[in-house]
Amino acid sequence: MKTKSNLKNIVNKNQIPLGPFHPLLEEAEYFNITVDGETVVDIDMDTGWMHRGHEFISEQKTFTQSIYLVERICGICSTSHPLACVHAVEDVDNIEIPLRGRYIRTLVGELERIHSHLLWVGLAGHFIGYDTVWMWAWKYREPVLQMFEIISGNRNHYGMLRVGGVGKDVDPASVPELNKILDTLDKKMDMIAKIANDDPVLRSRLVNVGILSKKDAIDFCAVGPTSRASGVRGDIRKDEPTDAYDLVDFNEIITKNGDVYDKFVVRVLETLESIKICRQCLNKLKIIDGPILNNVKEISAGEGIGRYEAPRGEVFHYVRTDGTNRPIRHKVRAPSYNNIPTFQASCKGIPIADALITLAGVDPCYCCTERAIRVTDKNNKKNNIDLLKLSRDKTSNIRGNF
Amino acid sequence: MKLEYLFFIFIFPGILFTSILGLIIGWVDRKVSARFTFRVGPPFLQNFNDFFKLLGKEATLIKNSIHSLFIAAPFVAFGTLSLLATMIGVTLFYGIGFGGDIFVIMYLMMIYSVMIVLGGASTGNIYSSIGAGREVKLLIGDELVFILVCLVPIIKSGYQLNLESIINFQASNGAFIGSASGILAFLLSIICIQAKMTMQPFDIPEAETEIVEGPLMEYSGPPLAFWKLNHFMMYVIFPFFLILIFLGGFNLTGLGILWFILKYVGIVVVMIIIKNTNPRIRTDTALNFFWKYASPIGLLAIILAILGV
Repeated sequence: MKTKSNLKNIVNKNQIPLGPFHPLLEEAEYFNITVDGETVVDIDMDTGWMHRGHEFISEQKTFTQSIYLVERICGICSTSHPLACVHAVEDVDNIEIPLRGRYIRTLVGELERIHSHLLWVGLAGHFIGYDTVWMWAWKYREPVLQMFEIISGNRNHYGMLRVGGVGKDVDPASVPELNKILDTLDKKMDMIAKIANDDPVLRSRLVNVGILSKKDAIDFCAVGPTSRASGVRGDIRKDEPTDAYDLVDFNEIITKNGDVYDKFVVRVLETLESIKICRQCLNKLKIIDGPILNNVKEISAGEGIGRYEAPRGEVFHYVRTDGTNRPIRHKVRAPSYNNIPTFQASCKGIPIADALITLAGVDPCYCCTERAIRVTDKNNKKNNIDLLKLSRDKTSNIRGNF
Repeated sequence: MKLEYLFFIFIFPGILFTSILGLIIGWVDRKVSARFTFRVGPPFLQNFNDFFKLLGKEATLIKNSIHSLFIAAPFVAFGTLSLLATMIGVTLFYGIGFGGDIFVIMYLMMIYSVMIVLGGASTGNIYSSIGAGREVKLLIGDELVFILVCLVPIIKSGYQLNLESIINFQASNGAFIGSASGILAFLLSIICIQAKMTMQPFDIPEAETEIVEGPLMEYSGPPLAFWKLNHFMMYVIFPFFLILIFLGGFNLTGLGILWFILKYVGIVVVMIIIKNTNPRIRTDTALNFFWKYASPIGLLAIILAILGV
């Protein structure tokens, strides 16, 4: 991977620029594809189109504030990041979480997996020119967002999590309604699975396309559905069960082939497993009473790690504390950071049309991956602290005007 | 040169009629596609508004492109399609020939694709170049099948090449769709039309999420307006052509009007359904399909036609 952008290379005729702004990528990212005719010979990636500095900002905030901050790392994984973050903070002091709080965390996390996978199915359909699948999948995703609205009051950023539990209880009266929505979702997922299995035209676009072998998946440290589609075991929910994952029954989905079709199958089957987990959680929430939040007064000095199986794979948060109410170091590693480079192994030697769906097949999330950048040029050297100072000066200037 | 020829070319069934009907059917396509995907769809006059608004916009020219070719391509294609519409329409609505036989029509249809290739390749943009290359590959694929399909009505009408002879033969002996070879050829021709109009599953040259509209990428303003109009005109020309060579034309008296609407809307709806229920296929899959599967079926249709089935 190059670190410095060099758009002048595009003059060369056998290089196709994909991005920084391209209909295939909803976010800013730049791939430079070298082709021979229509076959991809080489593919290169250029990062650094998104400058957000989340880790640095997090170190200026209290623990509770930084949960809301990491929730905004990604609009789709808006439970996975805060969940890994609170795991990390709780890991410092080994804080116990009440049972009801654990079930609510698991419920929200699994609902997020359902909506994220449905979102990917829709986008994958759009990328191969099948807009009907796109619209249908997103229509079926809508009830999940309604469930979120019933549970948390919000459709995308839920703000449910706190250090030591969750901030909002699930109303037992709403459980039957939530169960009803889950029942409709089951049938729709079966239908989506059938579409891909029965349609010969769709299969010709997905089966044996962009194969990521088991060895390559291990070599590139791929995580989540990307690695499980290649036959590599590994699911944080099974390996290191946190929250209520050791109390619910579900299967880890693993397929062998590693092509885009298998990634599709893994995601669809995982959605069905998630629906299963959600049902179990809702049933338990009907029975279990008790507190949802363990009030944490202070966090002692130390360091902690938090891991969670986000829809795209393992998300990892590291927090170091010094006894105050804010982290002195907060490091985030998103799953797409491991998954995106697998294109080096899976995209070479296949037509452009296939390479693009393969790129999208790992469900890349660029805003998760790129959060910070240090701007340096010859005359004007600025690091992140200078940038923050500039930003604060500007804000205080604006404030001064009122 | 008779005065009514000018009427044929410019008003009915030529430029004016085909454009307006095309824009309306384009709206039907957008509306039905929208309903397929649980959307509301555009208002009735949307296509007209788009067209006239684009006419008023600035046409940006690229420094390194071949300007004459870049500008000429959409208008030559428009002229070609106008001529096609006139030739097919006059035979359908008046039952008389308008100079040119089925081979001329096949060539004119090819010129349209060639214009897309020239217009796209003239810009020098990498996406447009790839799109133009894909258009050539698609043309190589679908052209053979299309020629085979067009031979079937020629054979069945006793080796007549004139459009009016073909339609008169069907008027006296029944439409060609009533025979086995006719059905085969008709089904193949719908797939060919899908490819010629670059609709799914054959929207390979214009693949939005891959090469960003391909050959049309650098177009803006009036030239783009005419490319869009050309596309909508094809919604009229190709179904009319199929009705002419397979479905026995129109009889615009009494119940015949109902039949006319049924035949036309039927073909258009089949095209829209195919468009909405298929993903875009790869270039190699398309060539594979046309050469390996569609061409033998086309040959089979010809053999059946020679045998008189």
